[in-house]
Amino acid sequence: MKLSGAEILWECLVREGVEVVFGYPGGANMPLYDAMLNYPIHHVLVRHEQGGAHMADGYARASGKVGVAMGTSGPGATNLVTGIATAMMDSSPVVFITGQVAAHLIGGDAFQEVDVTGITLPITKHNYLVTRPDEIAEVVREAFYIARSGRPGPVLIDICKNAQIEKTEFVYPEAVHLAGYQPQSHAPATDLEQAVKLLEKAKRPVILCGHGVLMSGAEQVLQHFAVKTNTPVTSTLLGLGGFPASHPLHLGMMGMHGEAHCNLAIQNADLLLAFGMRFDDRVTGTLKTYAPNAKKIHVEIDPSEVHKNVQVDVPLVGDLKNILTDLVPMVDEYDHEEWMQQINEWRSEGDQRSIMAWPEDGKLHVAHLIKDIWNATGGGAIVTTDVGQHQMWTAQYYFLDQPNRWITSGGAGTMGFGLPSAIGAWFAHKDQEIWTIAGDGGFQMTAAELTTAVQEGANVKVAIMNNSFLGMVRQWQEFFFEKRYSAVNMVSPDFVKLADAHGVPARRVTQPEEVAEAIEWARKTTGPVVLEFRVEQEEAVYPMVPAGAALDQMLRRPVRQK
Amino acid sequence: MQYTFITLVENKPGVLNRVASLFRRRNFNIESLAVGRTERPEVSRMTIVVDCQGDMDAHKIEANLYKLVNVIDVQDVTQQPAVTRDLALIKVKAGPERRAEINNLAEIFRARIVDVAADSVIVEVTGTEEKIEGMIELLRPVGIMEMVRTGQVAMTRGAYEGTRRTPGATGGGWRDEDESGLAEY
Repeated sequence: MKLSGAEILWECLVREGVEVVFGYPGGANMPLYDAMLNYPIHHVLVRHEQGGAHMADGYARASGKVGVAMGTSGPGATNLVTGIATAMMDSSPVVFITGQVAAHLIGGDAFQEVDVTGITLPITKHNYLVTRPDEIAEVVREAFYIARSGRPGPVLIDICKNAQIEKTEFVYPEAVHLAGYQPQSHAPATDLEQAVKLLEKAKRPVILCGHGVLMSGAEQVLQHFAVKTNTPVTSTLLGLGGFPASHPLHLGMMGMHGEAHCNLAIQNADLLLAFGMRFDDRVTGTLKTYAPNAKKIHVEIDPSEVHKNVQVDVPLVGDLKNILTDLVPMVDEYDHEEWMQQINEWRSEGDQRSIMAWPEDGKLHVAHLIKDIWNATGGGAIVTTDVGQHQMWTAQYYFLDQPNRWITSGGAGTMGFGLPSAIGAWFAHKDQEIWTIAGDGGFQMTAAELTTAVQEGANVKVAIMNNSFLGMVRQWQEFFFEKRYSAVNMVSPDFVKLADAHGVPARRVTQPEEVAEAIEWARKTTGPVVLEFRVEQEEAVYPMVPAGAALDQMLRRPVRQK
Repeated sequence: MQYTFITLVENKPGVLNRVASLFRRRNFNIESLAVGRTERPEVSRMTIVVDCQGDMDAHKIEANLYKLVNVIDVQDVTQQPAVTRDLALIKVKAGPERRAEINNLAEIFRARIVDVAADSVIVEVTGTEEKIEGMIELLRPVGIMEMVRTGQVAMTRGAYEGTRRTPGATGGGWRDEDESGLAEY
């Protein structure tokens, strides 16, 4: 049977199991929107394509499936770009579908023509320009396969308007044939043996739990491995939830705002087991002095990450879950009691400095609020964040025992990510409690999506931590620019009235004694809710490894006298 | 040090752009890049010469090339017995009185005069980089008006193959396949 290119697209999306797409119509994708009405896929009309991209990203991270976002040509596509780069940096499987001007107009600077495949070349795992309807089925099949396999990532399909309209015979390809794309799933046994030898000799090993643990579904086998070998685990920002936070072997988050005992453990380790992480500069500090005495085993699906930042001793390229499953029977039980004792000494020293040890001072502190939300939700909510201080505090104090409940923009650090990614996550898990933590700055970048939440009835709870500053930049200016505050004072709208204008119930919280009740009210209210917390203005996130410093050269929170 | 890679890619629009963009983005400096068809119409072949600090850089280049979905195979032939050739066309200022001299030079380099005009000749020379550089040095005092080079192309001798450093490309590990031909993930 002959179908239009637009119909073929939706036929393929249905076969890929797509339930929801986040998009915005326009001139160059109108045939797609017309055909869409005949297919059982829910479309979410976003208020800005960037919001749609983050929603698809949030949906993908919460569901483990491929997210889909759509936009028209030209500005529609360029508005997606920030969201595409965000998905790329965090290896999120999202397929982006953009309309393009008719094939015969390409290169002629037609209305709303932009070279979208050119622009997105370095920020996609792969992209396609489709000029004929008979290419669509194969391209969509390949795009979904590439997006979710190997190291996942965004794939963009730019479809010319004529290819959407013209009809052709619809043949659904049963398999994908990509000569050059062969992600390896298992590492060779000889390499595994080398890794085991290093582990046998190690006295002070540390596991670095990265995003790859969650992406490959290796949480269970990681736990077997860590428990059997008696090895402590520290997580990257995106690896949080990959290993239960309450487990005695779990140390916490490493890196620039990681806990001191995690960074000290890494710097003093004699073996690092890097599982699905990429030695980002935010977790290593300066590379010159990074883990100087440690041998390094790197389990990683992407060969280009091996030796990229840190030269390792044993690279194991393949799927983390497979490799750990192969490794568990090869390793023994090892005694690391002395090492754990040392780490726990560091840990108890850090506990004294913790903001949690502070006496009540009548002010709202973000870290305390995160802990309150954690208490109220039993640590079981899906939490998304924006980017900045509140993000770090949430990473530090929303302790996660379960995987895939933590959605944050790590590699790209994209402000405006919080609210839309929460809406996307709601479409993946409508039965679960969803919170987004945002700052006053980031929230305003994509605040227009509040209306999207209303239109869709998305049950997301928005907590705005309003310190009237761009807090993280302010903190850097305080520490490294002699407190010369430049462009960080922020006047915000009345967030309660703003929410009210959207038809969203909202409350402002200024006193510690109002907190618990407000959180409960938000939880009981169905649909989107906004809570604005007026928090301490000049608070700093500790510990902090200054950019370019060694990982153990941390600025520590001063101990507060009671 | 200069490293030479032989790269097989799918013969599709935009692939050259993907490769060139990759080198730019990862901050590798291309010395020369030659691309053309192969014995298989669906495959193009690139010979890429890059300035590398060492084998670690070469590994990075290989692994990043494999990240491109259209790249089929990458071999580093720097250390392997291989034939490498570059072709140059050099237009030299030469009236009738100097043609004999240039002819002699060309003979020594086994080059050819492929065009003669009233006051210039075009010399075609094929060979290794060093040979062509040598020819250019000798022609420079005569007066080079214009020059073009193809960039190096390379082929390993006999049954030799280049080094493949990237895990996954070396056949050491393996991958799962399900019935539809799709790997399981």
